[in-house]
Amino acid sequence: MRYRVNHTTEYFYSDPVPLCHNIVHLTPRQTIRQSLVSHLTQVTPNPVMRNDRIDFFGNPVTWFSLQEPHESLKIAARSEVEVSAFIPPVGLWSPAWEQVARVLRERRDLEVLDAMQFAVNSPFVRAHAQLAEYAQPAFTPGRPLLECVTELTERIFKEFTFDGNATTIGTPVLEVLQHRHGVCQDFAHLQIGCLRSLGLAARYVSGYLVTRPPPGRPRLIGADRSHAWVSVYFPDFGWIDFDPTNGVIPSFGHITLAWAREYDDISPVRGVVVGGHRHSLAVSVDVEPLTGTPKILARV
Amino acid sequence: MTTTTTNEPLVAPRGFAAMYAARQSGRDEMLEPDGALRPHWGMLVSLLDDLGSEEVLRRWEQGRRIIRENGITHNVYGDPDGVDRPWNLDLVPLLLPASDWTGVSEGLVQRARLLDALLADLYGPLRSVKEGWLPPELVYANPGFLRPCHGIIPAHNRWLHLYSADLVRQVDGQFLVLNDRTQAPSGAGYSLENRIVLAGILPTAFRQCNVQRLAPFFITLRQTLRSLASPNRENPKVVLLTPGPYNETYFEHAYLARYLGYTLVHGNDLTVRDAMVFLKTINGLQRVDVILRRVDDDFCDPLELYPQSYLGVPGLVEAVREGNVAVANALGSGVVQAPAFLSFLPRLCRNLLNEDLKLPSVQTWWCGEPDSLCYVLENLSQLVIKPAFPARGSDPEFGEEMSQEQLAELAARIAARPGNFIAQEHVISRTAPVLMEDQAEARRFVVRAYAAADAQSYSVMSGALTRVTGSDDSLVVSMQRGGGSKDTWILSEGPVSETTLLSAGSLPPQLSRGGGEVTSRVADDLFWLGRYLQRFETDVRIARCLFARLMDQGRSDVAATVGVLARALFGYRGFVLNGNGLGDLVVEAFDSVGPGGIRPALRDVRTLMRGLRDRVSSDAWRILQEIERELEEFDPKIEDDQIGRVVELLNRITVDLLAFGGMVAESMTRGQAWRFLEIGSRVEHAIGIARLVRTTMVNCSEDESPMLEAVLDIADSSLTYRRRYLTQLDAAAVVDLIVADETNPRSVVFQLNALQDHLEDLPRDDIHPQHSPDIQTVLQLNTHLKIVDLRAISPPANRGGRPELEALMTQVIDSMADVSEWVSQIYFSHATSRPLQGRGAEEAAQ
Repeated sequence: MRYRVNHTTEYFYSDPVPLCHNIVHLTPRQTIRQSLVSHLTQVTPNPVMRNDRIDFFGNPVTWFSLQEPHESLKIAARSEVEVSAFIPPVGLWSPAWEQVARVLRERRDLEVLDAMQFAVNSPFVRAHAQLAEYAQPAFTPGRPLLECVTELTERIFKEFTFDGNATTIGTPVLEVLQHRHGVCQDFAHLQIGCLRSLGLAARYVSGYLVTRPPPGRPRLIGADRSHAWVSVYFPDFGWIDFDPTNGVIPSFGHITLAWAREYDDISPVRGVVVGGHRHSLAVSVDVEPLTGTPKILARV
Repeated sequence: MTTTTTNEPLVAPRGFAAMYAARQSGRDEMLEPDGALRPHWGMLVSLLDDLGSEEVLRRWEQGRRIIRENGITHNVYGDPDGVDRPWNLDLVPLLLPASDWTGVSEGLVQRARLLDALLADLYGPLRSVKEGWLPPELVYANPGFLRPCHGIIPAHNRWLHLYSADLVRQVDGQFLVLNDRTQAPSGAGYSLENRIVLAGILPTAFRQCNVQRLAPFFITLRQTLRSLASPNRENPKVVLLTPGPYNETYFEHAYLARYLGYTLVHGNDLTVRDAMVFLKTINGLQRVDVILRRVDDDFCDPLELYPQSYLGVPGLVEAVREGNVAVANALGSGVVQAPAFLSFLPRLCRNLLNEDLKLPSVQTWWCGEPDSLCYVLENLSQLVIKPAFPARGSDPEFGEEMSQEQLAELAARIAARPGNFIAQEHVISRTAPVLMEDQAEARRFVVRAYAAADAQSYSVMSGALTRVTGSDDSLVVSMQRGGGSKDTWILSEGPVSETTLLSAGSLPPQLSRGGGEVTSRVADDLFWLGRYLQRFETDVRIARCLFARLMDQGRSDVAATVGVLARALFGYRGFVLNGNGLGDLVVEAFDSVGPGGIRPALRDVRTLMRGLRDRVSSDAWRILQEIERELEEFDPKIEDDQIGRVVELLNRITVDLLAFGGMVAESMTRGQAWRFLEIGSRVEHAIGIARLVRTTMVNCSEDESPMLEAVLDIADSSLTYRRRYLTQLDAAAVVDLIVADETNPRSVVFQLNALQDHLEDLPRDDIHPQHSPDIQTVLQLNTHLKIVDLRAISPPANRGGRPELEALMTQVIDSMADVSEWVSQIYFSHATSRPLQGRGAEEAAQ
């Protein structure tokens, strides 16, 4: 599938801002299943300083600063990406989850070392006995990891209520677990925390969903915003994505922007302004299919 | 004095040593286990004995006085009285022969090289992880591993510029490293200060013992930092970045900055433009080349590092990445000081340097390794347990002090997350004599040694900061726990070159330049210090006048005056003097938390003073502390007939305040910094008078003489008035004297004239002073006050209110607010940055 993504972020300030510095993760990264056809991040007013580079996790990142007084800031990212489908492997294939945890504990080849950085604690998402306990029913002894994570994804989807007002970006994972409300970031962090608590490697993926659902299918939650889900490491296979907000295994309906340990590593727009007292914010995301008809997403 | 005979008459203990012999531990620095004096202590001990114990105590007291007078302090966290605690220095230094120190120095140089190489690897190819020399958790789970700094190559590929290590000495004399410090090592400045104090009170001993000097170390550090600037910069600017006055070692930051000739800056003194760092000064932006930081690296840039930090400089990481500024130690250096690394250093040393580690660490186990975990769980009661990646305030836990239940609980915690813990052997360390009131006691000690990068490698300071435990049974050596410090003398065989001699106040000439410019933050703080001081004075004067009137309750006209004055002090609308009204009034006036009364202004003064430590003399500090003490000790719950005590207190404070203002102004050169203090004071003084007139004289009662009397008293103009008008009190005459009379130093116009002079002397970019908005505002107001007919707008009281007078006073207050705003905009530039979106306001990804 080929998509065009428009992601626009606009800030309006109560007073002119003399100086601001920003870091944005708005360029979709290239993956095994996703190629970037074209991309442009346009900033208004035009920044004096701008640098594009690759961050520690391999994501494209853009740094820019505005040094003249301005009353608004507009960051318009336009991308065209080609995403291919993902067919989940048959359940019998995947190794038992304890086996995967053992690989992460004991094997030290480059592939496992790379996965290790997503198995250990990060500042916001840390292993905890309560998280392990919540995940435990899905992780019965000897059960293939793919089945375990699929069931966990399904459970979070069923047992948690999507609620844009229940949490902020700073709500701790354990609080989300307790109240069972939140948004996609909360659910992704929660699931990552569960997996890390069991000694597994899981990373945070930020990206988009197709805005308009295929005919006859319900519109997915979070389709007009940036979205987030998780990715889990399977030794000698690679990473498989899971979307706990929608209870699905992402295929060609999910467009990947970046991945890292947690939200803070790759927040789409991060900035520091000097002055400006108050600001208001407007964000719009539009994902438009360019070719063909999207096939039905694989329901877990 | 007693004389003891032993087999070795040359080092026979007598005097000081004999007195200590009974107290010593049998594993002492000064005495052999059999009680004989170690030879290298002979000279010092015999000189101390020559002085005699009384003289020694006198000198020690002198040392403590110097420490108090120089304001040498450290702050203790979590203790409300812990801010600015006097530094604790023992009279007896720790003596180490050069022959003992040489091996330690070589070991420290090697460790510094090793950690520097390790940093280059972690922030580069990460071979130590990929090759398995280091468990990946030590890097990936380490909060000190700053991913945004990965791939940055610092100047000369040098990460570590200042390194320190805490050393303990085993009974057999071997030094062991307890921990490495690579983040922003503290204490080098205190060691220098210790040296200056001790060499001052024991000059003969210092000279005769051939003590090696500290200055070469600081000269090396200074040269290294300078060399980090890009070679095409002719006169590179180096600044010392401090987290501010609440940091435990803020005194040291200010002290080192002054000693090294660097500008002491806070994060918001700096700004990043064009990916370069600039210092905001009242003369404009000045390019910064090198930052010696005492802010932990993750707090250095809210944009790319810890977003909640207000101590850093937004955009700093990008400026470093572009090579436009060097930071020492490099951002990210803190990662390798985690104690978990200690057990891997021998292997890393062989792999990275192809050498064997010379200076061993205290035996350390990282519990993330299965074998280590087994050992630790089996031997828990003999070990010291620490977090693998310590957060501030995390304490070591001593197995030997624990009950069986506590050990079981600790074992369970470790078993649940083994990678989060390390264990260390509990070293039986040597002791050193510490002078207590009339005797010496044996205390354990830790030596903090320093190495500075030089052109090829590292140079070790010939000296150190030695810290001792606070009590004989304490297991932890920490200034935070009431421990003390010692100077550390490395003794040469022969005479030491005098060329590097340091004495109090005389610095090597090549170190003493710079540091003269006024940063915008300092100017801003001084401006507000001027304002708050003046505001406090006004409040005290109003309160004094108010309570003096209350003493005189027989007078029928008192109630009305008191009501209005109370309103001037608290902003009260309807104050009624009744039975318990007086008690409430006193409590309110001296309340330490409420918004009214005289304390809030004093609190603001104190907060500002802390950040101006290097600008305000210690004498001024003492006066301020005296005022605070008096207020603290005053019990506002008093009987009505004790009102005189309140007035006495306020009288004393008024006098103290005059002394304080004088002290602040006198200890400051008449440069631009002082000018901002003056400007603030003048602005606030004009506002104070205008408010007073507006509150007391606009709505007036039939007989307003008691009120006019109070106004003259508060405005400190009674004497002048009586000289001119004798006793007849007239509203227009009062207004003329305290508003428009340019010869009265307490009048509004006098403040405006002074203000105009100061503003005209401030630096301006190409703009004629008369055309700048701040000066124009003053000029307009001044002209208006001079031409307005005061008699017409201040009619006698029986003709009703005085709306024109009210309007005029409001104009004064508004104009002064405008001037304040203009000065802020031109010279301080609203310099506080904040996150573009707090976590709450962030576009919520759905």
